[in-house]
Amino acid sequence: MLLKIAWRNIWRSPVRSWIIIAALTAGMFAGIFSSTFMNGWMKQRLRDGVETETGHLQIFRNNYQNSRKLSLLLPPGEITKVSAHPMVQSATERIIVQGMAASAETARGIRILGVEPEMEKNVLNLHEKVREGSWFDSPYSKEAVIGEKLARQLKIDVRSRIILRFQDLDGTLTGGAFRVAGIFRTSNTAFDGTHVLVRRSDLAELTSIPSGKSHAIVVKLQNAEDAMHVAPQFEETLEDADAVPWKELSPELGYITELSNTYMYIFVVIILMALAFGIVNTMLMAVLERTREIGMLMSVGMARSRIFIMIVLETVMLCTTGGLLGIGAGLFTVWRLSSTGIDLSIWATGLTEMGFDPIVYPEWDAVLVLNIAGMVILSGILASLYPAWKALKLNPSEAVRVI
Amino acid sequence: MAIITIKDLQKTYNSSQVPVHALNGVDLTIDEGEFTAIVGPSGSGKTTLLNIIGGLDDPNDGQVIINDTEINHLSRAEKIDFRLHHIGFIFQAYNLIPVLTARENIEFILELHGIPKSKRRLRSNELLEAVGIPEKADIRPRQLSGGQQQRIAVARALASSPRFILADEPTANLDSASADNLLTIMEELNKKEKTTFIFSTHDARVVKKARRVVTLEDGKIKSDSKK
Repeated sequence: MLLKIAWRNIWRSPVRSWIIIAALTAGMFAGIFSSTFMNGWMKQRLRDGVETETGHLQIFRNNYQNSRKLSLLLPPGEITKVSAHPMVQSATERIIVQGMAASAETARGIRILGVEPEMEKNVLNLHEKVREGSWFDSPYSKEAVIGEKLARQLKIDVRSRIILRFQDLDGTLTGGAFRVAGIFRTSNTAFDGTHVLVRRSDLAELTSIPSGKSHAIVVKLQNAEDAMHVAPQFEETLEDADAVPWKELSPELGYITELSNTYMYIFVVIILMALAFGIVNTMLMAVLERTREIGMLMSVGMARSRIFIMIVLETVMLCTTGGLLGIGAGLFTVWRLSSTGIDLSIWATGLTEMGFDPIVYPEWDAVLVLNIAGMVILSGILASLYPAWKALKLNPSEAVRVI
Repeated sequence: MAIITIKDLQKTYNSSQVPVHALNGVDLTIDEGEFTAIVGPSGSGKTTLLNIIGGLDDPNDGQVIINDTEINHLSRAEKIDFRLHHIGFIFQAYNLIPVLTARENIEFILELHGIPKSKRRLRSNELLEAVGIPEKADIRPRQLSGGQQQRIAVARALASSPRFILADEPTANLDSASADNLLTIMEELNKKEKTTFIFSTHDARVVKKARRVVTLEDGKIKSDSKK
């Protein structure tokens, strides 16, 4: 009966209730929409970072990460052991060299990745980001695939020649001329401006790195989240190797999700706090208008705890109605936008500089939605405390006579 | 057999600058099954007396003993429970719950007693018949006339078969026909259910029907006559 009374009480002043429900709906819609927007955006960045740049984990020779010495090479055959791990989907080897890329007009400091083009396709999706030219299938003997930003900076195009200069294993300055076979564009222009990919065999020859040896094995796991606990297993089975999961390779990627979640919750809490004042006001008015009725309930023997629960229930129902409508509207909008995306191309330059794709596909997260729903109910309970307390303070003998 | 015993009841309100002695040494005994009217001019202390008997207000001195329980010694929560189990209330302004139907208003009290739904339904049907408006069972109070609302209030007060009912000016807002009708119903229920009725009233019709009339003046009992 308490539930029935609470629910019907909400509709005693339908206009007032609808106003607060509309405010809650709008607030929750904003909360859900911005949360899913941020969630989708951050996950996109995470996916782009992991699937295009780092892989799920990378294996190096001990101390390579700190020193970047060319001589710290993984011995041949390590990739076979890595690939045999049941959680590994695919793996590829890389030679990594710091150097300079020069065109006829200018030069830039870069990182040169010597890759196995076909193996690389199974681990990362950089080949899908090639916008001009092709992924190592031109007729040229020494091919390079470079980032769009670097191409722009060097003022070169597909089929242009670039000179790559770097040190060989003995520390002697060396280099070679490469033909640009393809130009890639990722959502991270910083990456695009600093990376040149060449065939591993070409780079090995120029740097005198013995056949079969490499600086890194890039690994794709069945599940990215397994990286943290698979990495130590590789460190145990491989000799003198460091296995570094993506969260450590690019710590900012790991923080992105946590930070965005924190921001989302802070945002929702601010919305709910603002709404709570409106709810308190509405419920205080409701209590004031029903002074005589509450006095009667006390007179006929309704325990104060039940009166308290009745007012809390009423507030929670009000909040839940608005909250659910807002969450529903938010999820519907997200569902519609999740396939078309939200185009932020107008700010594309700034966004890509930070590694973000200008087309955002909102993504909903069940835990997030449930938490927001929980926060709405909690806000309702908190907002009802003061009006409920005011109701309990009423003197029944006076309250029943209020006109 | 005495159901209510009041001894030297004193009540002073200090809310204004001059203390108001609402009750000034009231001694009264109400027996089971009485149909008693407490009358007197405005400010004579009728409502204060009813509020103290009902545990809605506390006396400054004196005792109110109901069924061997001195209610002014009960805690606030105990008083609420006591009211629920022993006292029925009828108010001048009916005070029905507007969002509940007539039947739900009656059953609500029974639910507070923890009575199961099937028994609640039987009792509400019985009471709706007793107050003569079974056809209004599923109608909300705002669609009922004042007289009909007060009949529902009577049914609500009787729902849990309390030892006595306190009715504060129950006919004050009713027209003559409705008031007569209501009084007849209450008189019949008093006889049928053996429930004690105590009214505070100005209404001559209530006084006429009452079998005992207690007159208050300046917080004291001026007269007490039984018919």
